Amino acid sequence: MRLTRLLKPFSGRDWGIHPDDHKRPAADAPLRVMPLPARLYLPVQQHLGGAARPTVVVGQKVRKGERIADAQGMVSAPIHAPTSGTVVAVTDITAPHPSGLSLPAIVIEADGDDVWGTLSPCPRPFELAPQTISERVYAAGIVGMGGAAFPAAVKLDGAARARVDTLVINGGECEPYLSCDDRQMRDFADEVVEGIRLMLRATGATSALVGIEDNKPEAIAAMRTAAAGHDCVRIRPVPARYPMGSEKQLVQVLTGVEVPAEGLPADIGVVVHNVGTARAVRAAVVEGKPLVSRLVTLNGNCMNAPGNVEVRLGTLAEDVIAFAGGLKGDGLGLARRVLGGPMMGLQVPHWRVPVVKGTSGILALDADEAAARQSHPCIRCGRCVQACPMGLLPLEMSARIRNDALTDAVDLGLKDCIACGCCAYVCPSRIPLVQYFVHAKGELSRQDRNRLRNEATKRLAQQRTDRLAREAREKAEAAARRRAEREAKAAAKTDTATAGESA
Amino acid sequence: MLAAVSSLALLGAALGLLLGAASRWLRVEGNPIVDELTDMMPGSNCGQCGFPGCGKAAEAIIDGTAPPTCCPPGGKPLAAAIAAKLGLTLDLTTVADEGPKVAVVAEELCIGCCRCSKVCPTDAIIGAAKQIHNVMRDACTGCSNCIEKCPTDALAMRPTPITLQHWVMPKPALHYRGMPCA
Repeated sequence: MRLTRLLKPFSGRDWGIHPDDHKRPAADAPLRVMPLPARLYLPVQQHLGGAARPTVVVGQKVRKGERIADAQGMVSAPIHAPTSGTVVAVTDITAPHPSGLSLPAIVIEADGDDVWGTLSPCPRPFELAPQTISERVYAAGIVGMGGAAFPAAVKLDGAARARVDTLVINGGECEPYLSCDDRQMRDFADEVVEGIRLMLRATGATSALVGIEDNKPEAIAAMRTAAAGHDCVRIRPVPARYPMGSEKQLVQVLTGVEVPAEGLPADIGVVVHNVGTARAVRAAVVEGKPLVSRLVTLNGNCMNAPGNVEVRLGTLAEDVIAFAGGLKGDGLGLARRVLGGPMMGLQVPHWRVPVVKGTSGILALDADEAAARQSHPCIRCGRCVQACPMGLLPLEMSARIRNDALTDAVDLGLKDCIACGCCAYVCPSRIPLVQYFVHAKGELSRQDRNRLRNEATKRLAQQRTDRLAREAREKAEAAARRRAEREAKAAAKTDTATAGESA
Repeated sequence: MLAAVSSLALLGAALGLLLGAASRWLRVEGNPIVDELTDMMPGSNCGQCGFPGCGKAAEAIIDGTAPPTCCPPGGKPLAAAIAAKLGLTLDLTTVADEGPKVAVVAEELCIGCCRCSKVCPTDAIIGAAKQIHNVMRDACTGCSNCIEKCPTDALAMRPTPITLQHWVMPKPALHYRGMPCA
C-alpha cells in the first residue's frame, strides 16, 4: 500500500476524488415501474439548445407518442405525449432548475387508456442507411440521458461528418447516489447493446468501447454476456473514481488520448454517448417509439425506499416520491432537494417540478449529506489543484473571479472547467470553488449576449436611419412627380386655350 | 465642338483626381478614442443624454463637458467601462441604475395612435393605426423615448424579466466567521 503511494507521482496524475458512493442498496433494489399519474407537465425546454414550439392547443386529444412540440433551430428536440389524454393547459410551471424560475409547459390530463398512436416499427434495423437511423433518433426526441441533455441526433450527425472511428459508451455513472445506468445495464443489457450497434452504424465508427466503473460488477457481467458475439462492442471496466463519467476523462482512460483544451472528443475521432441513450435509440429505431419515459434513481437519507423507478416524462417529483414510499418522517429532516447527482445535480426549491429527459435522480438529502458549511480563508494547500481532473488551478481562478477579473480567470483555463465540483469537495477551508466557476461562466456568456445585443441595436438603429432617409427621398420624389404632372396639365390647358384662341 | 467637350472632360477628370488626392492626403484625423467610445455605447442614438447621438455624446465625454455617467440605457456597467478607458475616477454610487428595463404596452389602454413607434430609435414598437401596439422585447434598448409620447399612459418601463436563458448563478457571498469578505 505504501509502495503504491510512493510510486503514484510516477504513474500519472492522481486526479479526481473517491467519495462514499451511496449507490447500494438503491442499485440492488428491483426496478419499479410507476403507474400513470393523473397529470403530466412537459416543459418545452428539456434539452440543450432552442426550446421546442408547442403544436397542440388546449382541449386537444393526444395519443401516447404523438408529437406535441416541434424542434426549433439546429440544436433542438421535439417532445411527445407520454400517454393518451387531453391537453388541459399550456402554462408556466416551476422549472427543474436551481433558479426557481418558471418556463412554459404543456399539461396533459391522462385518460387512463394509455394507448400508443400509430408507430412505425422497423423489423430489420441494421439494413437502414446511417442517415435514416439518425433521422429516426431525431424524430423520437432523444437527448443525452446522462444529464447534459444534448440532442442525440445532432451528435450522431456531427460524428458521421467528423468521421469518428471510436464510439465511447458512457456507463461510468461516477456520480454518487445514482444507479439508473447501472440498473439499465443489468436489466436491459441486450437492448443497450443493440442500441450501441445501431449507433455504430449511424456514426460510421468501427468499434464501441463501453466504459463501466468497477464498482458495478453485475452490470459488467450482464453487458459482457449481451455483447458476446459482437466483436465491435467491447466492455471495458474502468476504476471507480469521480468524475470518471465525464466524457473527456472517460475518453482519456479508454483510448489513452487526451481531448484538446476547449475542444470536443470528435477532434480526436471519438464520440461519447450514454448507455441510457443507447437504449432509447434502440426503442426509437426498432420499435418506432419516441422518448416518453426514463429511469430515475430515488435516493438520499430522507427517502423511505431508495431504488430505481421507470417514470413517464412530465411526472412531478412529488408524485414519484409518493409512489416510491415517500419521505422519512414526512420530510422533517429534509435539508436539500436535488435533481440529478449530488455533485453536479440541480438543487430545486420544492418537489412540484417535473421529471424531464435529463433527470437521472431525485435525491432527498438530510443535513449531514447536504453539508452546508461555513467557509474559511484559503490556506493554499493545493488540494484542489491535485483533485482537478482538467489540470486547472481552482484556487487561482477563484481568487480572480472573486475580484471580478474574469478575463484573467479565462487565461487560466476557466473555459475548460467541467464544473465537476471536485475542488469544492476536497477544500479543507470549505470554499465554494465550483460555484465561483459556474457563476463566472454564466457571467461570461451574459457579457457575450450583451455584446451581440449591442451589435444588433446598432444595426437596427442604422436600418432605421436608412429607412427614414429612403422615406424622405421617396416623399420628395413623389412631390416632384406630382408637381411635374400638375405643371404638365397646366401647360396642356394653356396650350389648348391658346390653340382655341388662335382657332 | 469636340475641343470643347474634350477640354471640359479633361478639366473635370483632373479636378476630380485632385479632389480625390486631397481628400486622402489632407484628411483631418478624427479622435480615435471617440470611435472607441462610440463602439462601447448602446448605439441607438436615443438622445436621452442631451446630445444628438452616441457619437456626439462620446465627444462630449472626452472633452469633459459631459460626465461618463450621462448614458441612462448604458447604466453603471457602461459608466464604469468608460471611466476605466479614460482613466477617470468615478463615484458609481450616485448613478441611479435600476438594471435593464424594457417598455411594455398596456393593451387595454393603447389606442393605436402610432406616436410611440415614430420615436423608437430601433423600430422596436410594432403596430398600425388603430391597432394595439406591442414592444419587441429583444429590440427595445430601454431608452424610454416612447413613454412621454403616449397620450393614454399605456406605455411603462418595466425591469427586463429574467428567463432561464438569462439567469446567472449568483456569485457566492463569502463570510468568514461572520465577517463579510469582499
